[in-house]
Amino acid sequence: MIYQTVIGLEVHLQLKTKTKAFCNCAIDFGQTANSSCCPVCLGFPGTLPVYNKEALNSAIKVALAFNCKIQEHTKFDRKNYYYPDLPKGYQISQYDLPLSKNGFLDITVEQTLKRIGITRIHLEEDAGKLIHEGEVSLVDFNRTGIPLLEIVSEPDLNSPQEAFDYLTSLKSILEYLDVSDCDMEKGSLRCDANISLRPQGAKELGVKAELKNMNSFKGVKDALAFEVKRQTELLESGQIMQQDTRLWDAQKGITVSMRSKEGAKDYRYFPDPDLTVFIIDQPMIEKIKTQLPELPQEKMQRLMRDYSLAEYDAKILVSSKKDAVFAEECINNYPEKDKKSIVNWLIGPLLAEANLRKLNLHELGIEQKELINLIGFVDRNEISFLSAKSVLTQIIDTKKSAQTLITEGNLLQISNTSELEQIIQIVIQENEKSVNDFKAGKTNALMFLVGQVMKKSAGKANPKVVGELIQRRLN
Amino acid sequence: MSIDKDTIKHVSHLARIELQPEELEKLSGQLHDILGFIDKISVLNIENVAPASHILPISNVLREDKPQSSLSTEKVLANAPSKKGSYFSVPKIIE
Amino acid sequence: MELNKLTAHQLLDQLASKKTTPEAIEESLHAQIKKTEQKVRAYVRSDEIKKITKYNPAGQLQGLPITIKDNICTQGAKTECCSKILTDFCPPYDATVISKLKAAGAEIFSLKANMDEFAFGSSTENSYYGPSANPWNLECVPGGSSGGSAAAVASDEAIWALGSDTGGSIRQPAAFCGVVGLKPTYGRVSRFGLIAFASSLDQIGPITKDVEDAAILSKIISGYDPCDSTSVNVAVADYTKSLTKDIKGLKIGIPKEYFVQGLDPEVKTIIEEAIQKLQSLGATSKSVSLPHTEYAVPVYYIIATAEASSNLARFDGVQYGYRAKSENLMQMYKLTRAQGFGDEAKRRILLGTFALSHGYYDAYYLRALKVRTLIKQDFEQVFKDFDCIVSPVSPTPAFKMGERTADPLKMYLSDIYTISVNLAGIPAISIPCGFTKKGLPVGLQIMAKHFDEEMIFRVAHTFEQNTEWHKVKPKL
Repeated sequence: MIYQTVIGLEVHLQLKTKTKAFCNCAIDFGQTANSSCCPVCLGFPGTLPVYNKEALNSAIKVALAFNCKIQEHTKFDRKNYYYPDLPKGYQISQYDLPLSKNGFLDITVEQTLKRIGITRIHLEEDAGKLIHEGEVSLVDFNRTGIPLLEIVSEPDLNSPQEAFDYLTSLKSILEYLDVSDCDMEKGSLRCDANISLRPQGAKELGVKAELKNMNSFKGVKDALAFEVKRQTELLESGQIMQQDTRLWDAQKGITVSMRSKEGAKDYRYFPDPDLTVFIIDQPMIEKIKTQLPELPQEKMQRLMRDYSLAEYDAKILVSSKKDAVFAEECINNYPEKDKKSIVNWLIGPLLAEANLRKLNLHELGIEQKELINLIGFVDRNEISFLSAKSVLTQIIDTKKSAQTLITEGNLLQISNTSELEQIIQIVIQENEKSVNDFKAGKTNALMFLVGQVMKKSAGKANPKVVGELIQRRLN
Repeated sequence: MSIDKDTIKHVSHLARIELQPEELEKLSGQLHDILGFIDKISVLNIENVAPASHILPISNVLREDKPQSSLSTEKVLANAPSKKGSYFSVPKIIE
Repeated sequence: MELNKLTAHQLLDQLASKKTTPEAIEESLHAQIKKTEQKVRAYVRSDEIKKITKYNPAGQLQGLPITIKDNICTQGAKTECCSKILTDFCPPYDATVISKLKAAGAEIFSLKANMDEFAFGSSTENSYYGPSANPWNLECVPGGSSGGSAAAVASDEAIWALGSDTGGSIRQPAAFCGVVGLKPTYGRVSRFGLIAFASSLDQIGPITKDVEDAAILSKIISGYDPCDSTSVNVAVADYTKSLTKDIKGLKIGIPKEYFVQGLDPEVKTIIEEAIQKLQSLGATSKSVSLPHTEYAVPVYYIIATAEASSNLARFDGVQYGYRAKSENLMQMYKLTRAQGFGDEAKRRILLGTFALSHGYYDAYYLRALKVRTLIKQDFEQVFKDFDCIVSPVSPTPAFKMGERTADPLKMYLSDIYTISVNLAGIPAISIPCGFTKKGLPVGLQIMAKHFDEEMIFRVAHTFEQNTEWHKVKPKL
């Protein structure tokens, strides 16, 4: 039996506003516990919430970036449950009239575009943090009240790899919007996954498992991969899947059931009477649309159009916002009209360096004017491409300028024809056989002769020019 | 609408209130009477009526994203029944 | 007359002309408390009584003390809602109304007024500290939930006070104690710092010896608060300018559904006489209909308890208040709340939780919200043609202590005339308008449309100044 994997992802995103969702506390990480709290986010008796204007703006930007339909009348609801990190005994969230619905995000699967539906994006507030210490648990409310967005995808993902790609595309767009740090390790982006299997071709969804506790995109992918295997084995052995919540154990590489005795939770949602309705009309949406930065997809199209880039190349350059900014700066400042050379450098040697060092392009620490300088030497045939690559590595390692390194390494090519003619003369005289071979039509012989010139010039002759000169001489 | 003891037990769990057997007995009767009275509203035709979630037509109340000083940790913990360092302390959570 | 027996406006005049001082006024209050508090029990935690420490000398209130109900947060002073579960809770902040009062020069009295626990009740018998007594008859209840505030003002143990009103909790005790009590329009006064019972119904309001005092106090505590999303940004009129003593030509509606079986015949007669008085002063009255009146109490007990069940979820022993001895978290929650809440609190929390629970939400909560719209529309319809609506406050005068505690439903039904006002969000006042043969006060309720407190003050003041009811004091 062939099973189809069906995956939906739920992402919680912390917005990087200056203050919390419903109070004026600064969002402060890493300081003493309970040092960034006020009566409102602590849920002290008598306190009331007032929503953060900037959080609403950011949320609408995200909804627009993911092509969602914005709810004109949206409201907050209370989600009631008990846990020590939830000071009011309810979370202010959204239930039946969420901020936005029915959006999408495109990923590339085997060179084709696949559209992943986004069911909804809604507003909520974060809870505090719990530390378990033997007989007690300790509670820190610093994180309570930080504004969150919940982004729920349709179950349109069909493999752990697709889930991974969805998350990277999601993060890329969110980085462009600059609304969140999107850091899974620091907790500003959290992801839960729902996964089920069904027989290939079946219309109904299988019974799902909810996966939690993944701390990286790779963790999500690995957890899902483990689940595919586990659920396949289970179904093939004739057992029935039970709906389950499972924790990912990254160390052991397995998911573990959290199955608790409590049945489905009853959150008793009702409209929060302490907050008003929010009316998000067309003029407001249009205004926020003008504040949207150019998103990766648009930027990619533009680079392709303006600089005649191939889609593949453009895609690499835009995937990280900071890289895209760096790349565009380089391209813009490159003096030639035809940008092919600088683009090739960016997606060629530069990207290779970045990958080797496991960094992003912009993290290499190379200034764009230095790069352009280096490329200039190659364009003018003053150094060989090979030498230039080596100089690039050294620029990154030593932070010295291209000029300095070229001088120190004595890398300037000899392109002066009269100088070269002299060496060529000697080589021709010393290699009669190869000369005859070349005249007889063996092209290898030319390469051999060029190589001899390179040897005699200690590698500094410009091989291209040498080749041309030899050919002219012998023809 | 009747409310049986099992429902009250379930509701008291949702509300995290432990009820003694005598309490459960007494409440069962009282809540039954109250709900019977409340059921009055089930006869009304409310088909085209909008729910009054908010009694006043105010909307879009928002606040500026400007930080103000928070409470000192000392003040945060001042009323705590149990604390440890700068944390609130609660008994262990059994899943 | 002793200082504490005067009204606030009389004392403010004396303070302004330096005939007296805030210290002297406070001393006379302390003396009264020494004399009668053992019988009246208007205050809680009486051992915390102390002298004035400070007030804003530049404020118009010149240091005049004001009594605050125990559910309004006062920074650095215990605020417990008269509940065991909030034992020793000391808020690190002032309610907005307290900040406003302080800025206006008020001195916040050192003792808090007794109340039904979390404002759940109509008699103050649900207080963790035990009931207050009605100064007119110590065997009777002072009403609730602001029974302590009303009893304090009636017995001159306070000059004036703040209470809160969710279903009648200012107006009914004011009526039972023969004083003035106003519930402002919803959104008129900030709820920030009022420990919430039902968020869409609660309002803080004045309990005073006469209408002028209520007007002065209302002006100070009303106004937009950016800390309260439900507070309305509408200018606050100078209510003292509404004290014109003239109601000629005003049209008064008398709701026929309020004059049905269940209304005590003595109360009925007294109210009818009051209406005749208003007519003699130049107003006209006519019977009107508020057709959904009979659904008000059921709707209220769904919405209010639902909201309360959620608002009281935070009382769980984690951050403040009472925490039961327990071995694990679940036990801590369940025992803390079982031991910390009184019976009425538990009843309401369970009812509210049920109304919101899965499978019942549509039939109860959602349905109640829709009927609430109908009730609001009833009032809007009447106010198209009438300036105000007048009615009894309570079907009976103050009842005896213990008379209704065995039957919660009976207690709920006594809110029948006050509850619709909260559901509609309109303002209403209770003013003294007579006494029963047994000497118990009867209150007259005047309601107006949203944000028309001026109409209320105008009608109330005119009636008051043409009668002597407000001058009668209990013999303690």
